[in-house]
Amino acid sequence: MLTAIFAVAALAVAFGLLLGFAAIRFRVEGDPVVEKIDALLPQTQCGQCGFAGCRPYAEAIASGEVEINRCPPGGETVVLALADLLGRDAAPLEGGEQQKLKAAIDEQTCIGCTLCLQACPVDAILGAPKHMHTVITTECTGCELCLEPCPVDCIAMVPVKLEIATWRWPLPKPPANREEGPRP
Amino acid sequence: MAVISSPHLHSPAKVSGVMLQVIYALVPALLLEFWFFGWGLLLNLLLTLAAGYLFEAAMLQLRGRPLAPFLSDGSMAVTAVLLAAALPPLLPFWVPVVGMLFAIVIAKHLYGGLGYNPFNPAMVGYVVLLISFPLEMSGWVAPGGWRLHDFGLGDSLNYAFSGQLPPHITLDAITGATPLDAMRTGLGLAKTVSEVESRPLFGLFAGRGFEWVNLLVLSGGLWLIFKRIIPWHTPVGLLGGLFVTASLFHLVAPDQFAGPLFHLLSGGAMLGAFFIATDPVTCATSNRGRLIFGAGAGVLIFVIRTWGGYPDGTAFAVLLMNMAAPTIDYYTQPRVYGHGGSE
Amino acid sequence: MTRTLHRFHGGIHLPDQKALSLGRPLRQAALPSELVLPLQQHIGAAAQPLVAVGERVLEGQMVARPEGFVSAPVHAPTSGTVIAIEARPVPHPSGLSALAIVLQPDGEGRTVEYQPHSDWSALDPSTLRNLIRDAGIVGLGGAGFPTAVKLNPGPHTAVETLILNGAECEPYITCDQWLMQERPEEIISGALIMRHALQAQECLIGIEDNKPAAIAALRSEVARRGLTEAIEVVEVPTRYPMGGEKQLIKVLTGKEVPTQGLPIAVGVVCHNVATAASVHRAVELGEPLIRRIVTVTGHGAAQPGNFEVPLGIPMGELLAQAGGTTAGFSRLIMGGPMMGITVEQPQAPVIKTANCLLAVTDDELERRAPVRPCIRCGSCAEACPVSLLPQQLYWYAKSKEFDRAQDYNLFDCIECGCCAFVCPSNLPLVQYYRYAKTEIWAQEREKRASDQARRRHEYRVAREERERLEKEARAKKKAAALAEGESDDKKAAIQAAIERAKAKKAQANATPPATDPPAEQPAGEGAAPAEEKH
Repeated sequence: MLTAIFAVAALAVAFGLLLGFAAIRFRVEGDPVVEKIDALLPQTQCGQCGFAGCRPYAEAIASGEVEINRCPPGGETVVLALADLLGRDAAPLEGGEQQKLKAAIDEQTCIGCTLCLQACPVDAILGAPKHMHTVITTECTGCELCLEPCPVDCIAMVPVKLEIATWRWPLPKPPANREEGPRP
Repeated sequence: MAVISSPHLHSPAKVSGVMLQVIYALVPALLLEFWFFGWGLLLNLLLTLAAGYLFEAAMLQLRGRPLAPFLSDGSMAVTAVLLAAALPPLLPFWVPVVGMLFAIVIAKHLYGGLGYNPFNPAMVGYVVLLISFPLEMSGWVAPGGWRLHDFGLGDSLNYAFSGQLPPHITLDAITGATPLDAMRTGLGLAKTVSEVESRPLFGLFAGRGFEWVNLLVLSGGLWLIFKRIIPWHTPVGLLGGLFVTASLFHLVAPDQFAGPLFHLLSGGAMLGAFFIATDPVTCATSNRGRLIFGAGAGVLIFVIRTWGGYPDGTAFAVLLMNMAAPTIDYYTQPRVYGHGGSE
Repeated sequence: MTRTLHRFHGGIHLPDQKALSLGRPLRQAALPSELVLPLQQHIGAAAQPLVAVGERVLEGQMVARPEGFVSAPVHAPTSGTVIAIEARPVPHPSGLSALAIVLQPDGEGRTVEYQPHSDWSALDPSTLRNLIRDAGIVGLGGAGFPTAVKLNPGPHTAVETLILNGAECEPYITCDQWLMQERPEEIISGALIMRHALQAQECLIGIEDNKPAAIAALRSEVARRGLTEAIEVVEVPTRYPMGGEKQLIKVLTGKEVPTQGLPIAVGVVCHNVATAASVHRAVELGEPLIRRIVTVTGHGAAQPGNFEVPLGIPMGELLAQAGGTTAGFSRLIMGGPMMGITVEQPQAPVIKTANCLLAVTDDELERRAPVRPCIRCGSCAEACPVSLLPQQLYWYAKSKEFDRAQDYNLFDCIECGCCAFVCPSNLPLVQYYRYAKTEIWAQEREKRASDQARRRHEYRVAREERERLEKEARAKKKAAALAEGESDDKKAAIQAAIERAKAKKAQANATPPATDPPAEQPAGEGAAPAEEKH
């Protein structure tokens, strides 16, 4: 009886030490999961997920507070990638798939108020006070954050033009049997 | 706009065509089986086909799939024919029906239908019957016995649906042990192989009736290989594996282990080699993988027959190798052009 | 001729259908009312227009110059007027339009003065390459890689073998066969020029054995010129895709082009026979690539045959010149039936890579069988000339597991169509692979864009933080000053205002009025970040 107690106690101490040692020895600085999630997000900083940007959303996902399907700009691709990374189930995208849009300023109407410049999370709008603004199209993430502040509603979201260089083959219609189910 | 991708040409080979050819290749063997074992075989065939058709249609309906293309693809018919060919000819009607229930509903559709099933449906059905109803599954009609006792279609029907035999016939009169059974029992009673094989049941070289049926199965299989419907790798692997293992043991102890010819031609090995293990859905995919798959099944057949609890092991061996198929595939990927090494 | 041939894995036998277009002699296509010259008819960067709308150009005049190293110029196929430079339908599976120079021929056929170089053997390889580059020559077999780039092995690479690809393994197409039979001298001359440009040790011409006349013609030409030591015409088995560059190299030399690599990595360079002929014309006649031989064929074409056509002729026009379509016509394809692309708009022009115009009927297609699920029969893996596992690629492409698809070497797929041809379930396998490839490329683009957006966002956040701190510091300073004494502060404020006015005046004098005085801006919301960043 006594030996048993001692043995168990000794084991407990040994494993406690081992775990303590491991905790110090293999300590991970920061939270790499957040980094990994953030790397998958499209960085539109649009806030459509309900968070103030991509990184806050990544932190919320990492802490398990929210579903992984709240990023409309990322689309199904991001949901699948997140599901793969986190081992969670891929839920269907909230709000469905979106067309890719970019902001365009109607330069006739723009009054040069700089409000959109302040709203743009990636500094993709070029302009100065009382001078016409313009969107750097290549840098625009399509977050739509500039629409709301514009006092004259001169910003419109324009679909990205289809080009041969970026054209994608469509997925063939699946055979009648079923759509899902990879086989390893 | 619908985008049309090349290639614009397609070979005329179609799934339903492949399935039909497989059935054609088995017809001569089935006819001979009928000649030896009687109406029960045809009855079983009708029952498996009818039950299979019903289960297939019901499952397609439940799963919301279109009926016409899948009912016509012929895969259910192949399952039904294979199960009927493997079943003992004298059975209550519900046995083939239960077999098809497991084959079609569980082994096929619950796994996602044709192309998604990890196990050969016919063999799942057969094994379930073998384990669940050993009594019904163990009595084979003695070769030619049905004609000797004038056991006709009516008698077969009567037995299947009411369990009644005609008054002048006892069950023991028309059924008997299969050669594999007899070998197993005989060896269990410490007889030597040659003593067991001296019984008339053993025919010329591997069992009366069975040897000829299996030779026809072999020729049907060769025809399929010739027509490039099935690859040669799986059958060669299986028969080779069985032959080599059986020969080795027979050479070491000829009194305790039956010879390779007996193993190849007396049980279900031939059917397994050409018609069951070659099922593309559940087999390994690469040619090297198929050789390994076949060889593994061949060795397992010998092991189960010799040391296992059942006289024949083909169904178990194939199912076990089905489980190993993904692993075999993983380790036998062909070397892709331009990826190191050279021939 | 005792060369030992090697073999490539898989491949299929196809009904060749070549007799269809070989019954008639070569016809010259008549000039259409307008020629459409897309700026991108090759792999690489699109050419840049050198002409303006309304400008009159001569035959052979360069109308667009190459942009960058991997690019090719475009020349006017005949004299005429540039009537537009705009987006026009081009042969592409998407059916999208691309920028093109539209030329209205004047029918006068005035040409620029061509500069023949019959003494090319005295020229150094680099000069030869420039001649070929300026002639706008690209691979005429279908891929359209700029020929001059392929003739440049780099300073430290020895080229062992130059292979001329005369396999023409796709069914129906006979333009190379016609060229080999009727103009072997042009091909052999081109081969010699290419050999010189590459300083290659040996030159092999690989031709499938279903073209005995072509083999005989080239062999007798080689013998006539006494070149049997230098050039070997090799008969290779007829097996699709023998004409795939990697497959032909394997069969002729036994070498395998490493994955993601070029043939030059194993000391081999491979060119199409028609490319060789156009190299000959460019160097020895001075004529740039302005016309090519095109096979117009298929049971949907009324009078199939080979045509010599000016580049830029609308495909519908060419088909009309071949007698139009037959009653059963269903689809127009550019290229062969195995790898060709469907042409939705008949006004799309014949471009440099258009070797065949295939008008097919429904009966020829056999595509009506329904698509069924994969039964893992493995026929595709057996047929794959690259030894891929098409059924696995199919699973992963379909389930969008692109990482796994790449693990199974998706990008080694040459899209030859063998797998889809043999598939008993009629699955459009190649489209699945194309889908996966273009999705992966799109994801890579999006990844780059999102990385860039992240950097810009992080920079912006950092800048806002910095500005906030600066503002706080200023406020603190102000508060401190306030505490010191109000009178002082007032004085200071007045002093500051005077100071500011002075400064403003000085600045207004110093800078041109058009520019905004930067000092007045509320610190930096403006244009700066784009430049500040990197």
